[in-house]
Amino acid sequence: MISPYPIASIIGILIVSQTLAAGLIWVERRLLALWQDRYGPNRVGPFGLLQVLADSIKIFFKEDWIPPFADKAVFILAPAIVMITVLMSYAVLPVTPRIFISDLNVGLLFFLGMSSLGVYSVVLAGWASDNKYSLLGGLRAAAQMLSYEVFMGLSLMGVVLLAGSFNLMDIVNAQQRMWFVIPQFLSFVLFLIAGVAETRRLPFDLPEAESELIAGFHSEYSGMKFGMFFVGEYLGVILISAMITVLFFGGWQGPVLPPIVWFLLKTLLFIALFILLRAALPRPRFDQLMSWGWKVMLPLTLANLLVTGAIVMAHR
Amino acid sequence: MLSILRTLWNVFLHAFRRRVTVEYPDRKAYLAPRWRGRIILSRDPDGGERCVACYLCAVVCPVECIALQATEDAYGRRYPEFFRINFSRCIFCGLCEDACPTYAIQLTPDYEMSEYNRQNLVYEKEDLLISGTGKYPGYNFWRVAGVEIKEKTKGQSENEAPPTDLHSLLP
Repeated sequence: MISPYPIASIIGILIVSQTLAAGLIWVERRLLALWQDRYGPNRVGPFGLLQVLADSIKIFFKEDWIPPFADKAVFILAPAIVMITVLMSYAVLPVTPRIFISDLNVGLLFFLGMSSLGVYSVVLAGWASDNKYSLLGGLRAAAQMLSYEVFMGLSLMGVVLLAGSFNLMDIVNAQQRMWFVIPQFLSFVLFLIAGVAETRRLPFDLPEAESELIAGFHSEYSGMKFGMFFVGEYLGVILISAMITVLFFGGWQGPVLPPIVWFLLKTLLFIALFILLRAALPRPRFDQLMSWGWKVMLPLTLANLLVTGAIVMAHR
Repeated sequence: MLSILRTLWNVFLHAFRRRVTVEYPDRKAYLAPRWRGRIILSRDPDGGERCVACYLCAVVCPVECIALQATEDAYGRRYPEFFRINFSRCIFCGLCEDACPTYAIQLTPDYEMSEYNRQNLVYEKEDLLISGTGKYPGYNFWRVAGVEIKEKTKGQSENEAPPTDLHSLLP
């Protein structure tokens, strides 16, 4: 099913998500500063809000340089992939009962597939840069995102079992009585962790790992190509936050306030949680990250799926 | 796992703490009177230059940012013909102040001396000399020192006894 106002929805969601992603640069810096007893950017405009504008003007005027040793075509393609895959995922995101782009019956699978494709961007960027640090970052990203993808998908199957549908609209509607975070708390935690790893945010920012790999896979990028990775990352943060809202916290549902306000409130709360994670937690070692993923998270997810499945079967 | 949650909570609580940042141009930090900032040359209470151009500051300066040339005035007092401090080199260590025998060179609690042009950081004597006495209000080197100058001979300095007449000591 297509939304009642397709063009308006597409434009609206695009503009809001892009603006929010740009605004997150400011939000993140201010919140990080707040939690580190600093002020953060507060000079440009009221509360430093125009810092976003100043930053974007600056990044647009930076020299867009392609290193001569790079694989040119792939180098240019990589930052586009990250934007495309993340933005495609917004197509299945039900913001409110009336604001959505496509009510896909396999919406959840589409989202998972798109986030898997996002790995290509990072790996290709690392490969095309022809730089050992970029390559190391790309390799790490490939290993990390593949292994965390596995239980990211599996952790959502509990929700799918309870809702009986892959359609995100149906999943939200199934939470009218009770948010899925209550029966599926473990899977919420697992999805949150996988989501952080999927967006390569701290504490799972090993593909970038400033202190070890310069800037990891995007070491060689400059100008707006770097900006695309940057905005892509923030779009990913918003997407995962929105997905957590939709899958576990009842999406737009809530009393008194209009649905769009509830959706944005819940999403912003999880974005703040993402930033809190960054402010508080150190980066693990890479082998710790991998063994955590395969030895702890995956068995937990499988156990959760098994128990949920058994309970759903018993209720039938 | 619990420690991670505790860390998150503790970091979150920092939202309600006082911020440590001092918003500098709007609010200035307190500087101690003995803060080692911009260097000045002071004058004695009579208004004369304290500097006797002994070169001790220039010698002790670890970055060799002080340059001066000694000369004598009509009374036979030494004073610097020029006195130049290159503040783009100065590290504000205060060794010149320690070395100065006449309290002439002093460091002050002022650090706002940025320039767009590096040449402007070279301060000449006119820029360095202040009209006051700095940290030592009553001190006048020429009145205390036993040096003979045209306006006073030995024994005429403050707290100085007249020189002993060697002949009176004879048995």
